Amino acid sequence: MATVEIPADMELVYKYPESLTEAHTHYCPGCTHGVIHRLIAEVLDELGVRERTIGIAPVGCSVLAYYYFNMDFAEAAHGRAPAMATGLKRVSPDKVVFTYQGDGDLAAIGTAEIIHAVNRGELFTTIFVNNAIYGMTGGQMAPTTLPGQVTTSSPYGRDVETAGFPIHMAELVGQLPGAAYVTRQAVLDVPGIRRTKKAIKLAFQTQLAGLGFSMVEVLSTCGTNWHMGPLEALEWAKEHMVEYFPLGDTKMTDRVRALKEGK
Amino acid sequence: MAKGMVLINEDRCKGCGLCVSVCPVHILRLADGRFNAKGYRPVEVTDPEACTGCAMCATICPDVVFTVYRQRRKPKQAAATA
Ligand SMILES: Cc1ncc(C[n+]2csc(CCOP(=O)(O)OP(=O)(O)O)c2C)c(N)n1
Ligand code: SF4
Ligand code: SF4
Repeated sequence: MATVEIPADMELVYKYPESLTEAHTHYCPGCTHGVIHRLIAEVLDELGVRERTIGIAPVGCSVLAYYYFNMDFAEAAHGRAPAMATGLKRVSPDKVVFTYQGDGDLAAIGTAEIIHAVNRGELFTTIFVNNAIYGMTGGQMAPTTLPGQVTTSSPYGRDVETAGFPIHMAELVGQLPGAAYVTRQAVLDVPGIRRTKKAIKLAFQTQLAGLGFSMVEVLSTCGTNWHMGPLEALEWAKEHMVEYFPLGDTKMTDRVRALKEGK
Repeated sequence: MAKGMVLINEDRCKGCGLCVSVCPVHILRLADGRFNAKGYRPVEVTDPEACTGCAMCATICPDVVFTVYRQRRKPKQAAATA
């Protein structure tokens, strides 16, 4: 970038987060995986924990997350990030441990891992990216695919008679006693992105205070496999996904609420 | 004097246009007939004087293209601490 003079009366209000490397991501234009990466990085910067954070990348489009986050990272086998996080957090309780997982990773092949990790009350944080499809492999139906949604493996639309119903992970996980804070948010517009950032911050604060498992499910886009442009994908998700996957908290223990309210 | 200012890291831009859709003063557009190193039409500012420094563009950008500056609310106090 060319050097530009910054007028003396101006202050920096948005800068590149230290918790991201300078690498350019391989995500498609407009893919909200990038927004979610950015929010996590901003939160880790604000909490000042970058140097003691370990992330765990999934299998899926975000498989290369370890190139993009400027911190220690491990790569788990498909769906196994919660098992790896369990081990890492138990042997290094002073570290901040989080998994970053897609819906194919967390809600299909890795369902057992996430459910049992939450049920054991493991003290890590999960960022669950729900884009209603398998992105990386070419847009096949995921457990979160909407009824009637056309994918490469449901060319006539998801038929709930044979393929079952979209799975509500935030509700499922939220009801387990090991969960302290579970919420569903969406990065589909600026206010939603701001709320998602607050939720991600509270999830990490929950972990730092040792209050239990925390998860933020984030409704995200996959314009490429939905066959839509970036803006159209945001609109489609707002119109169709939010209706099926209602936003809001599915679990907040009293101690997390007190933390949130600064008590 | 502009109330805000954005710096654009052109080569990170993938031309998705999300920022263009959220800028409240409509001063962002994708370059016409000009491409960045990735081969995309990068975002550019049409009227820098109109920028308010609201950082909406930076908030929605998936590729961290923007750095945003905004005029200090109390210039005197800030000068004293500088
Ligand atoms: C054990 C195993 N089974 C299947 C696959 C193939 N595979 C790679 S990514 C993926 C699904 C990814 O979808 P999702 O988790 O929703 O992430 P997205 O790409 O949409 O971000 C599958 C099934 C694999 N890599 N390993
Ligand atoms: S395939 Fe979908 S999820 Fe993957 S990078 Fe492209 S838009 Fe994002
Ligand atoms: S800071 Fe606000 S006004 Fe300035 S370019 Fe970005 S969105 Fe537009």
